[in-house]
Amino acid sequence: MAEVNWVALTVFVLLFAFVSWLGFAAARWRKGDLDQLHEWGLGGRRFGTLITWFLVGGDLYTAYTFIAVPALAFGAGAIAFFAVPYTVVIYPLLFLVFRRIWYVCNKHNYITAGDFVRGRFDNRWLALAVTVTGIVATMPYIALQLVGIQVVVGALGVGGAGLLGDLPLIIAFLVLAAFTYSSGLRAPASIAIVKDVLIYITALAAIIIIPTQLGGFGKIFAAVPPQKLLLAVPGPNSTGAYSAYATLALGSALALFLYPHSLTAVLSASSGAAIKRNAALLPGYTFMLGLLALLGFFVIASGVHEMPAFHAGFERFGNNFAVPALLLQSFPSWFVGVAFAAIGIGALVPAAIMSIAAANLYTRNIHREFINKNPTGKQEAQMAKLVSLVVKVGALVFILFVPTKYAIQLQLLGGIWIIQTLPAVMIGAYTRWFNAWALLVGWAVGTIAGTWMAIATNLATSYPLELGGHTFPGYTAVYTLILNLGLALVLTPLFNGLSRQAPRDATLPADYHA
Amino acid sequence: MNNAEHKRGGWSWWYLLFVVQFLVALWPPLYNKAEPYFIGIPFFYWFQLLWVLVCAVLTAAVYWGTKE
Repeated sequence: MAEVNWVALTVFVLLFAFVSWLGFAAARWRKGDLDQLHEWGLGGRRFGTLITWFLVGGDLYTAYTFIAVPALAFGAGAIAFFAVPYTVVIYPLLFLVFRRIWYVCNKHNYITAGDFVRGRFDNRWLALAVTVTGIVATMPYIALQLVGIQVVVGALGVGGAGLLGDLPLIIAFLVLAAFTYSSGLRAPASIAIVKDVLIYITALAAIIIIPTQLGGFGKIFAAVPPQKLLLAVPGPNSTGAYSAYATLALGSALALFLYPHSLTAVLSASSGAAIKRNAALLPGYTFMLGLLALLGFFVIASGVHEMPAFHAGFERFGNNFAVPALLLQSFPSWFVGVAFAAIGIGALVPAAIMSIAAANLYTRNIHREFINKNPTGKQEAQMAKLVSLVVKVGALVFILFVPTKYAIQLQLLGGIWIIQTLPAVMIGAYTRWFNAWALLVGWAVGTIAGTWMAIATNLATSYPLELGGHTFPGYTAVYTLILNLGLALVLTPLFNGLSRQAPRDATLPADYHA
Repeated sequence: MNNAEHKRGGWSWWYLLFVVQFLVALWPPLYNKAEPYFIGIPFFYWFQLLWVLVCAVLTAAVYWGTKE
């Protein structure tokens, strides 16, 4: 690894220290009783349009995204741009479906998707399935955030092999764990503001300055090999890369707000109107993500991947080193410090929210449901704080002792798993028609089939579905969701016929809107 | 359920603007081409970036259109 870049490292450490202080100070921001779960775990549902914009943006557009999407563009080309239609499709879903969920959760003081499903379908096992899926899908996602920190710390020239080399990562995570414990969701909400400002500055600087260094966009795209520049046009009897691209975007979009950390950020908004406004304002982040994806092509044009100075970095981190190498090559040291801090802090925000979301799920839908049925508010908040620590230590141990590729593969599987909760959560926001047991069978079959299909294709994201001599390559999550829904549709009348009691529903139609 | 309540909880024609967003974003044959270039950027890339901005405007239109 190259020598330590002291100027960049100093800027990086100063910015990191600043947000750490901010994280602890946030406990006093919009002060509430942090011994109540909705105060610790949802910031008291007090965030208006602007803070929600920063919080959801900081939550969804993670450090790993900023490293991995350009890395995919660098390695695989046009397919990486699926991140753009993906993050276009999510906002109408936020506007329509998740605003309804916000209203009903606000009305009944639901804190998790498990709470909502429990109330709506009156079935603790279906709620448990939603809860366990949420926790299991979130864990590798937290671990991946650590990869983001690892890459930039490595690019600063710090660390190396062995546990001592991972010391910066361990320190960063202990600080994160401490302020999340004491401040709850207020910590990532306040840090998200700093992180997002830094990310916007970095993205703008990169998209303006680097092309001028490289002789303009014309030259950059001329350096991209033709097979990477566009999607491959499908051959006869196949929908080829087109259906793969579209289903990847659609499936990822359907899955996104089902992740516990997304829902936590949505539920912390102070009003349904704040959510509606954010559906129109959040595409600002999508636009920036699209610009950042282009950095993958800047890497190709700049040739940093062939420079001896960066050889060791690519050796250690693979294509994930592409963006850090490009930034090191293109910017003065002090700005490299700013950009790397943006990525590093960008990992803290989602990691904090994810651990809070997982803690809320465990506390509400496992501990309260199955272990201590009548906790006091204080016991509940204390349990959630402890679980958030356990979750983060688990992610840290995972990333220190298990190869990174397993975290990436588990995260891919996580997308397939979490989408299986769509019928209960998203369709459940509209109708109570489905039988809870039918939903549970659909969930189980979808999860098993999805896992099997993913393993059968060696964890490629798309599955080559064969129907009547045609091939439809598509995202495994979408195909298994169709299977799940089909089963739930067929089994609902059957199970309703077998059951003697009418289904109960704790919510009323009027609870779902203003 | 009275009329006003029905309107708030139910369907609005403004939501068709969401359908437009979906159809264009999820139909790759529409934009999978290099020509025409814009300041050296192939159509595939600048069109999808432009579509992000259009979608933001369309969603804002739905917001204003469905505001009570």
